[in-house]
Amino acid sequence: MVVFKKPHALTDVPMHYCPGCTHGIIHRLVAEAIDELGIEGRTVGVASVGCSVMSYDYFNCDMVEAAHGRAPAVATGLKRSMPENIIFTYQGDGDLAAIGTAETVHAASRGENITVIFVNNAIYGMTGGQMAPTSLPGQITQTTPYGRDVTKQGYPVKVCELLSGLDGPTYLERVSVDTPQAVKKAKKAITKAFRNQVEGKGFSLVEVLSTCPTNWGLTPVESLKWCRENMIPYYPLGVYRDKGAEK
Amino acid sequence: MPNVIIDPNSCKGCGLCVSVCPKKIIKMSEDKINKKGMHYAVMTDSQKCIGCTFCALMCPDCVITITKDDEESDGHV
Repeated sequence: MVVFKKPHALTDVPMHYCPGCTHGIIHRLVAEAIDELGIEGRTVGVASVGCSVMSYDYFNCDMVEAAHGRAPAVATGLKRSMPENIIFTYQGDGDLAAIGTAETVHAASRGENITVIFVNNAIYGMTGGQMAPTSLPGQITQTTPYGRDVTKQGYPVKVCELLSGLDGPTYLERVSVDTPQAVKKAKKAITKAFRNQVEGKGFSLVEVLSTCPTNWGLTPVESLKWCRENMIPYYPLGVYRDKGAEK
Repeated sequence: MPNVIIDPNSCKGCGLCVSVCPKKIIKMSEDKINKKGMHYAVMTDSQKCIGCTFCALMCPDCVITITKDDEESDGHV
């Protein structure tokens, strides 16, 4: 009896992510959710720009590559023209919270029936570790070598808190993947975000706190610890909106 | 009995599986490297494995497959 194996919705292409990058875990959770709901044949993913730009190679379902930050807008078009299909976007913090803030906020505000997977690793991974809007105060990056100074670079964007101020979103949750227990919780949240769409409930966004060992300058194990000790206190985990449960 | 199958050539050697194993029975290979040039994860004592799947849950590259022997079969999965 197989207890654990690679989900069918992931291809056999080796992922280009650095060793220990939790993108791989989150990809797997998305694929497991697709497998569990049996929606692989009618799912269309929208890949973003950033480290996750190549995710169209890794998912077995159809994928579209959106311009930088525009994944929720592309997903809106796909969902409206093909309402029977399940549309998800997979975006990093540079894509969703920087260049794509407008698209994200408006798609959420309109309550589009799409699923957004937001991977927050507090840094621009693909371009070499510059400060992201989600970098923590005091965090050392390539562009903030003395630490992020909030008087100059401002405060981090907290996406779940930001969107929870809108009436449009149906489901907002922030999860982490720093321990096996957290991974299980993250899987539940991602599956719920997909199930909401299948049931036609509306806009669902799951923010996953992720790691970037290469650009944080830590080993994979140390970076999980850094995520636990620094990111989780600043970005509290939990459900920020669940209209489905309120009714 | 749980059976942990690690694909050595897909492993990137990040060591996350080693860090979460409650029985401390997964180690990185010391003298061998795989096709990627990495030290890969190896199961050292499968008798002690409790089949918790933590290693597989934390593996970013789906390197680990876990099976359990069916009780009614002759031990082969």
